[in-house]
Amino acid sequence: MAQHSSKGARFQAVTANRLNDGEVVYFKDNGWIENFAEAEIADGQEAAEALLTRASPDNMEAFILDPYLFEVSESEDGFTPVSVRENIRAKGPTVRTDLGKQAEAG
Amino acid sequence: MYRYDEFDHKIVTDRVNQFRGQVNRRISGELSEDAFKPLRLMNGVYLQLHAYMLRVAIPYGTVSSKQMRMLAHIARKYDRGYGHFTTRQNIQYNWPALDRIPDLLEELASVEMHAIQTSGNCIRNVTADQYAGAIADEIEDPRIISEIIRQWSTFHPEFSYLPRKFKIAVTGHENDRAAIKLHDIGIVIVRNDKGETGYEVHVGGGQGRSPFIAKKLTNFVPAEKLLAYLEAVMRVYNMLGRRDNSYKARIKILVHETGETEMRRLVDEEFERIDASQMLSLPEAELDRISAYFAPPNYENLPAQSEVFEAAKGSNADFNHWVKTNLVPHKTPGYGIINISLKPIGGIPGDATDVQMDIIADLAERYALDEVRVTHEQNLVLPHVKLDEAKEVYDILCAHDLATPNIGLISDTIACPGLDYCNLANARSIPLAQEISTHFADLDKQYDIGELKIKISGCINACGHHHVGHIGILGVDKKGTEFYQISLGGSADEQASLGDITGQAFTEDKVVDAVDTIVETYLNLRQPEERFLDTYRRVGMSPFKEQLYAD
Ligand code: HEM
Ligand code: SF4
Repeated sequence: MAQHSSKGARFQAVTANRLNDGEVVYFKDNGWIENFAEAEIADGQEAAEALLTRASPDNMEAFILDPYLFEVSESEDGFTPVSVRENIRAKGPTVRTDLGKQAEAG
Repeated sequence: MYRYDEFDHKIVTDRVNQFRGQVNRRISGELSEDAFKPLRLMNGVYLQLHAYMLRVAIPYGTVSSKQMRMLAHIARKYDRGYGHFTTRQNIQYNWPALDRIPDLLEELASVEMHAIQTSGNCIRNVTADQYAGAIADEIEDPRIISEIIRQWSTFHPEFSYLPRKFKIAVTGHENDRAAIKLHDIGIVIVRNDKGETGYEVHVGGGQGRSPFIAKKLTNFVPAEKLLAYLEAVMRVYNMLGRRDNSYKARIKILVHETGETEMRRLVDEEFERIDASQMLSLPEAELDRISAYFAPPNYENLPAQSEVFEAAKGSNADFNHWVKTNLVPHKTPGYGIINISLKPIGGIPGDATDVQMDIIADLAERYALDEVRVTHEQNLVLPHVKLDEAKEVYDILCAHDLATPNIGLISDTIACPGLDYCNLANARSIPLAQEISTHFADLDKQYDIGELKIKISGCINACGHHHVGHIGILGVDKKGTEFYQISLGGSADEQASLGDITGQAFTEDKVVDAVDTIVETYLNLRQPEERFLDTYRRVGMSPFKEQLYAD
């Protein structure tokens, strides 16, 4: 499996899959949301680790699977995931653009 | 066709109920993910990138129309209107919600289907030649022994915690369509000089990170002793197979590290012990009982040549083309074996919609003595169609985008789900298959190129069989970007071989060009009648390498 963040990564967010349906979710304000665009972004390694800690409380497993940090980069229209993998998770299968989050976004 | 007896049915429904309890306890928080994960895997449930994935077993790739209709129903009700047929002759659903999977499994059980033995370190679903029982010159229908192995291995206490998963494939024909030499155990049904039927057993093949071609451990095991022989192989593996490192735990590593001769000796020793105890000898009555399930269906007495069929070929060039690539002679006069390509030009290899599955179920019921087969090359087969009716079947397939005349050609690519779905992937596989098939869409070009099998995996696990592709493509990850390594000269048939890597990996936008260069090099070098693989075996890597890395 690919590494989710490079060593010098500056911006990172936390993602996981939701227990009951496997949906990709992102951490924000002590909760989980489905849309990457609204994900909480940590600036710097320390902030990233703090974000991951907040996202992984003891009872986390009750509804969320395997939260982890991944690298994002800043561009003119906001943040985007760096790896192909995280882009695909944020949108849906590239070969079925009628499915996944990309479809719901319309 | 084999029907579960009551005993089996009880096992399957008990298993569904048990899993329902486990899912409930997981969702209520009673069970941790660590405790639950192995349980869900034992029931065919994986977590992929976007959702859960459910793998449903299709033992030896045979389904009835009723079962196919259920697969369509499940795609519609619990998934997003499609399923993916895999190289393991199974079907996978990409979007079921965990909390609905117990209901899904209960519906499956109503048509005697399940997800048992599709995951975990057990003896997996046995695979077999998709033309079983239909092809001429078959020694014995491989599904008989596959079913016996299935019954012997299902929940076998000694084999529920093997060092690693274990895959068995069977062919009853000298042309191997089941890739038996790439399985932990591959069985070829043979006949000896005395005319007795027995089994040639190959052990230690596999793909993944360290690919190996299986070694033939015996030329002939008599029918009644096959289970004793297999048990001996399994015992040696269970005792000596490595459990310290999952990458080294498959039997292929044991065979490789122990050596063929020593492995044969160990198995023979164990075999003699088991054989002497008579515990596992297979009574003829049992063999007959199972064989009866696979008794030939009621074929009609037909002339070998069908006038309707010949006339249709004469008047319709497209039909004629399709017959050449997709229809295979049947052992019974007046019948044919029809291959349904799940590789439309530019499509997703192995995907079928709920509507297509329903249509195929109808066709099987009306025209194919109620059977459908799944091939390890991700296509489907209607095994027994009257030639008189082949054109009718063709017309219906055409109307549903199921009549692409490309079986065995360059656009009949195998591709694993890759990074579009798979949690372990390094790179996408499906878009490459689509680009290659679109690039070579022209049928005349494809016919000119001839047999050429491209196989694509999104990571080294090799679910897409890239090691044995005539052209193999493997996705690798370099700092979050997709790259592809190409290999040449692999083959999964009776002359199985592993491909050789051409050299440095290619970026995604260069792969189609590279494949084109390989094909052009072959076309320039080939001698009359040579397939790509023949040319490669004659000339070797260097001319291809020169062209690929010219600048
Ligand atoms: C969630 C998706 C999947 C996961 C996690 C997965 C996992 C794996 C792993 C870990 C291996 C390597 C085993 C080893 O070397 O010991 C493997 C091999 C294999 N898988 Fe998959 N796989 C997936 C999907 C598929 C699909 C869709 C197919 C069929 C198209 C498939 C068929 C195979 C085959 C044929 C092999 C190689 C044969 C061998 O076992 O040596 N897998 N898979
Ligand atoms: S080969 Fe790798 S990417 Fe492809 S399905 Fe298997 S595990 Fe996933």
